[in-house]
Amino acid sequence: MLADLQPRTATTSVDPPSAPPPPPRRRLRDRISRIDAKWAPYLFVAPFFVIFGIFGLFPLGYTAWVSLHEWDISGPGGFIGLNNYVTLFGDPDFWNAVLNTVGMLVLATVPQLFFALVLASLLNQKLRGLTLLRMGVLLPIVTSVAAVGIVFSQIFDRDAGMVNGLLGLFSIEPIDWRADKWSSWTAIATMVNWRWTGYNALIYLAAMQSIPRDLYEAATVDGASKIRQFFSITIPMIRPALLFTVIVSTIAGMQLFTEPLIFGQGSFAISGGSLRQFQTLSMYMFEKAFRDFDYGYGSAIAWMMFLLITLLAVVNFLITRRSR
Amino acid sequence: MTVRSTRALLATTLLGALVATSACGGGGTADAGNGTTTLVVKTFSQFGYADLYKEYEAGHPGVTIKEENIGKLGDYTPKLQQWLATGTGAGDVVAIEEGILTQFMAKPDQFVNLLDHGAGALKGNFLEWKWNQASTPDGSKVIGLGTDVGAQGMCYRTDLFARAGLPTNREEVGKLWPTWDDYLATGKRFKEKNTGAAFYDSSTGLYQNILMQQGDHTYYDKSNKLVIDSNPGVKKAWDQTINLVQAGLSANIEQWSPQWNAGFKNGGFATIPCPSWMLGTIEKQSGPENSGRWDVARVPGNGAVRGGSFLAVPTQSKHQTQAAELVKFLTSAKGQIAAFKAKNNFPSSPQAIDDAAVQAYTNPYFSDAPVGRIFGDSVKALKPVYLGPANLAIGDRVGNALTAVEQGKLKPDEAWAKAVDEARRLVK
Repeated sequence: MLADLQPRTATTSVDPPSAPPPPPRRRLRDRISRIDAKWAPYLFVAPFFVIFGIFGLFPLGYTAWVSLHEWDISGPGGFIGLNNYVTLFGDPDFWNAVLNTVGMLVLATVPQLFFALVLASLLNQKLRGLTLLRMGVLLPIVTSVAAVGIVFSQIFDRDAGMVNGLLGLFSIEPIDWRADKWSSWTAIATMVNWRWTGYNALIYLAAMQSIPRDLYEAATVDGASKIRQFFSITIPMIRPALLFTVIVSTIAGMQLFTEPLIFGQGSFAISGGSLRQFQTLSMYMFEKAFRDFDYGYGSAIAWMMFLLITLLAVVNFLITRRSR
Repeated sequence: MTVRSTRALLATTLLGALVATSACGGGGTADAGNGTTTLVVKTFSQFGYADLYKEYEAGHPGVTIKEENIGKLGDYTPKLQQWLATGTGAGDVVAIEEGILTQFMAKPDQFVNLLDHGAGALKGNFLEWKWNQASTPDGSKVIGLGTDVGAQGMCYRTDLFARAGLPTNREEVGKLWPTWDDYLATGKRFKEKNTGAAFYDSSTGLYQNILMQQGDHTYYDKSNKLVIDSNPGVKKAWDQTINLVQAGLSANIEQWSPQWNAGFKNGGFATIPCPSWMLGTIEKQSGPENSGRWDVARVPGNGAVRGGSFLAVPTQSKHQTQAAELVKFLTSAKGQIAAFKAKNNFPSSPQAIDDAAVQAYTNPYFSDAPVGRIFGDSVKALKPVYLGPANLAIGDRVGNALTAVEQGKLKPDEAWAKAVDEARRLVK
């Protein structure tokens, strides 16, 4: 298809064979321009691929290489093939981390995208102070993750937390949020939801605003209710935005790290609770690689994470595509 | 609002976020280039060296000292391991806590042999076992000089004790608990009075103190074999702690967490086993409003060491001679006395321990407790405890198991089995 880009020059075979050969200078310039036309596009896209190669592909490959070795802080030990992966598959802490990560992913993504959708359709109405509201929903994303983690850890504190205080008004016993899976997941998912709902709402809003008005007008003329319009016009029209947010939230959710780390406490916070109630995959990887200095094992975890994310992204993609 | 202005809004906001996030970070150090040397000292928690640095700088023109501190030991240790393994970032002087020292003793090449810098003449300045801890077995190399030893005390709140009808005088309080069983009994008496406060802060800290009183080794024997389940001392410390948990005496607060800090402020717990180095933390976290409410009594059981550190010069330092001089200065009897006065880090130098300045020292924050004498008595009963390579990581796991019991998530037997299993998997 690159041939289409080539300039049509006199050298093409339409010339009669008897024509005298073009002067050498002309032929050189011609060749340069052909090379130019053929390779320049590659050169233009090269920066991305070079940077991706250095910062994306190479670490990926190198991590795979490390994961096949016994590799501690003093450097590479022996090649041990897939041993790290074999250990990993029998490691209850790893599967616990997978469960925690996926659990928090569901708790964080589903309500988040749902509320974002509701929020976006509200912001798409004619309201007073619309600009202010639209800016307001973006505020959480500007807040630093660490600040969110610290503040929410206080809110979900067992002894002096606001949530337990409110529950106390209804004479509900204070909850030790860090002690159980459900409670710690809820607390952490709340942080994620608080931070990202507005961002997703704005993406939906942008998509909604590009839907032609006449579709709604026609639907109104046909007697379709607002809710019917939302499901039959709005949702199908913003499908690409939906797909984008689902995949991006999934990837971010699989890499959840800072919120649970700050939510955990004490000098061994990386274990995510006394029984690893909320240790995510990234936390487990960090614990193995940078606390126990088992780089080989840590790399194996990193690769499993990569595969899981890819798998989930594909599944998401298929589901979101299929339900057309 | 049109789509375009929405986008513009989005773009500006995102740009703002980007600028905000990239604004942190940066910094770093470099020698000024005008003939001055900057010595970087890496520490954790509180070493109390600020005044000593000033004094040293005044006596050594051209030397600037910069301390880079990491609050939690748990955060500091892996960083230190990384700096040393990668050969960069460790600065000129590093603090090494005794728990991790064993690991570094296995690779003494990462540190400058302080005997080459005239440390040999200082041997008499340190408790013998403290000196031996940082020497290679053949005595040909010394990688660190001792700073403090974790002499033990039991800190308690006099106001809460008074409210519970317990004695508040530190001599009488000490007589309440010659053993940990007596401590448990006192705790039960305290609890009956419903003061609203727990008897102690966290079982993990308490366990660590009891453990360090159980003989000369803990999770490892001296040939570095894992003996967590065969060393009766470990199980004894565990059971003792479980008894305290089951009596409901714990505040169930993780040490070094924001809740722990808050607990100091609002009197959430009445006692806390306090190694000498913890007094600085207690004072800082309780704040001036609680001045005079804390006091220090003797610790239950027989005195033991918990914690204590060394200063070493990594071979990656570019100013090894100057750094070694600084280490000798900071660990001298005089330096140790100053650090003791600043943050109550108890000296490891016999001269400093017997010095009138230490013996007669009273801490005004702790109701004028004669902490010099209290800790001095505890130090005399000290025996070194051999810790072994992964003792910190194993301690973390045992601590988690205890927390799970406190949270009511595991029965004591299950938790113990889990801790042993995790330790075995860790060591492999």
